Amino acid sequence: MIKIEKRNDVPMALYFFTPFIAIILTILGGGIIFYILGFNPIEALKFYFITPISNLYGFSELLLKATPLCLIAIGLSFCFKSNNWNIGAEGQLTFGAIVGGGVALIFYNQEGFYILPLVILAGAIGGMIFALIPAILKTYFNTNEILVSLMLVYVSKLLLDYLVVGPWSNPEGFNFPETRQFSDSSRMPLLFEGLRIHAGIFLALAAVMLSWFILYKTYLGFQIKVSGLSLKTAKYAGFKGKTMILVVFMISGACAGLAGVGEITGPIGQLHRMISPDYGFTAIIVAFLGRLNPFGIIFASLVVALTYLGAETAQIFLQIPKYTGQVFQGMILFFLLASDYLLFFKVKILSLKKNDLRH
Amino acid sequence: MILDISFIGILIGSIMASSVPLILAASGELITERSGVLNLGVEGMMIIGAISGFALMVITDNLFIAIVGSMLSGVIISLIFGFLTQSLLTNHVATGLALTIFGIGLSAMLGKSFVGIPGKEFPILFSSLKESIPFFGPILFGHSIVLYFAFALPFLTNYFLKKTKLGLVVRAVGDSPVSASNQGINVILVRYCCILYGGAMCGLAGAYLSLIYTPQWIENMTAGRGWIALALVVFATWSPIKVLIGALIFGGITILQLHMQAIGFRIPVQFLSALPYLMTIIVLVVISRDSRKIKLNTPTSLGRIFYKEK
Repeated sequence: MIKIEKRNDVPMALYFFTPFIAIILTILGGGIIFYILGFNPIEALKFYFITPISNLYGFSELLLKATPLCLIAIGLSFCFKSNNWNIGAEGQLTFGAIVGGGVALIFYNQEGFYILPLVILAGAIGGMIFALIPAILKTYFNTNEILVSLMLVYVSKLLLDYLVVGPWSNPEGFNFPETRQFSDSSRMPLLFEGLRIHAGIFLALAAVMLSWFILYKTYLGFQIKVSGLSLKTAKYAGFKGKTMILVVFMISGACAGLAGVGEITGPIGQLHRMISPDYGFTAIIVAFLGRLNPFGIIFASLVVALTYLGAETAQIFLQIPKYTGQVFQGMILFFLLASDYLLFFKVKILSLKKNDLRH
Repeated sequence: MILDISFIGILIGSIMASSVPLILAASGELITERSGVLNLGVEGMMIIGAISGFALMVITDNLFIAIVGSMLSGVIISLIFGFLTQSLLTNHVATGLALTIFGIGLSAMLGKSFVGIPGKEFPILFSSLKESIPFFGPILFGHSIVLYFAFALPFLTNYFLKKTKLGLVVRAVGDSPVSASNQGINVILVRYCCILYGGAMCGLAGAYLSLIYTPQWIENMTAGRGWIALALVVFATWSPIKVLIGALIFGGITILQLHMQAIGFRIPVQFLSALPYLMTIIVLVVISRDSRKIKLNTPTSLGRIFYKEK
């Protein structure tokens, strides 16, 4: 017999343990999907989750993909913690990359130590400005931030498309939809010879540290957490709700902008149409899987980055469509949300024997 | 340029055609939201409807099966959302987002072998009348049956919500689940039904795109229409008839920018393509500015989790 009871408070250990349950269930679910698609599930899962990180290059690729995911998710955690649903990080990433890339293109034939910091700064500001649009509309015009931030994703992608096809396209590029290559001074320094992992990872780690400090050690962090738990309490405490909304969106936009700039100054080295494989959307899953906790997000970004790599590997070796990556990502979030049930309800399995004894 | 009367007729006909997926998806979501459930998975359900409709058409060569199948697939995928939000009490926003991400991935995975296959011509009704009547012909006739259904749907939805007992039940569940429950209404069951109905309509909206509007399968072919449909529900302040008006406005913008592109208007194509999205933002701002009006019309329990102690 199964008995379900409502819990009075959420056990913290379980709160951080259920993401692991979600990951295990996702792997099982993935195995079933591979079986349905006609592949040997064990072999497919091996190509998905083990082969990609079985050598040093693979491991550096994992870190390379985890970097933008981690950065964006850190930013999103500020929004989500305070009940602001910014789901347009992909747009903020794109706009940040446009602004940062624009600065890099100004210096395309120049070298100098000051260029990269300028480019990075421009990217962060670009993302911040773009995130301010839904934030201002939400605070002053009562407009739904979910829809506005999402619509702006399409707008930013079309703007990028216009720029790389039109005014910013490489004059020597035979009409390919791409800009000039950035100069070496606009590129993130590589950490190791022969690997693509670059200094952008330090930006992500710095963001983790800084966000931990802000969320847990400052008044702003306290305000954010209280507003997330109860808007009424926040109002009663006299917090300036509007300013806080603007600030969390700016933090989130800046992080997404940094992620965008990290991509174009890191592995890509120019602007073109496909600067992000939907990192901005996937980071939403990373933020939740990491429980909106800075260190949880590091772990989650590595797990989700593996679904990107695994999808590529599985496509090369087994011709499994690479879109299985997105299916996995969606499943992780489904299972994570479902396993939250265990946080709020106690599921007791009462064996009949015990009952017999009692009676 | 001189616009002759028959051209305007054709123009209006094409605006109507482009607004169909928005009407279907928004009308479905409207019922879901009136029962107090916010399902942000519209885009995901539409794209699943689009691929399953197209795939079934290719496999069975039967358009009826394709249409019904697309609605069924919308029901099945929305069942995931229903189970999570209603039975496992998960957050509506996060679950809806997961549904969209999952749906886009799944559709691309399933659709890989259907890329590049040409679609089948969908039968249109009264095609002879379309040609013979100058202005009204292209407006009233020569459309698919799905279009006629879509244009009747807002009126049917309005009637259902305002005049039927079941409609009253849906509204009661959305506005005050606790009192509805005390009246003996099974709130969770009503919400399940509304979610599944929304899924069916979104599935049909997707199938309209892949079977009728642009008969082929292209990855991500819904291109944000699901999100625009969600915005339309807010724009319409949860009233079915206004959904129809809103959808026609958006259909108009889509067709307008296509025509401007075709004429070679001196504005870059990308800016014209961005118009529907920018328009959505502007419309939302204008509508939402009056927060009292929004508050009055929003289903009171929208997006809130309902839990009854057993």
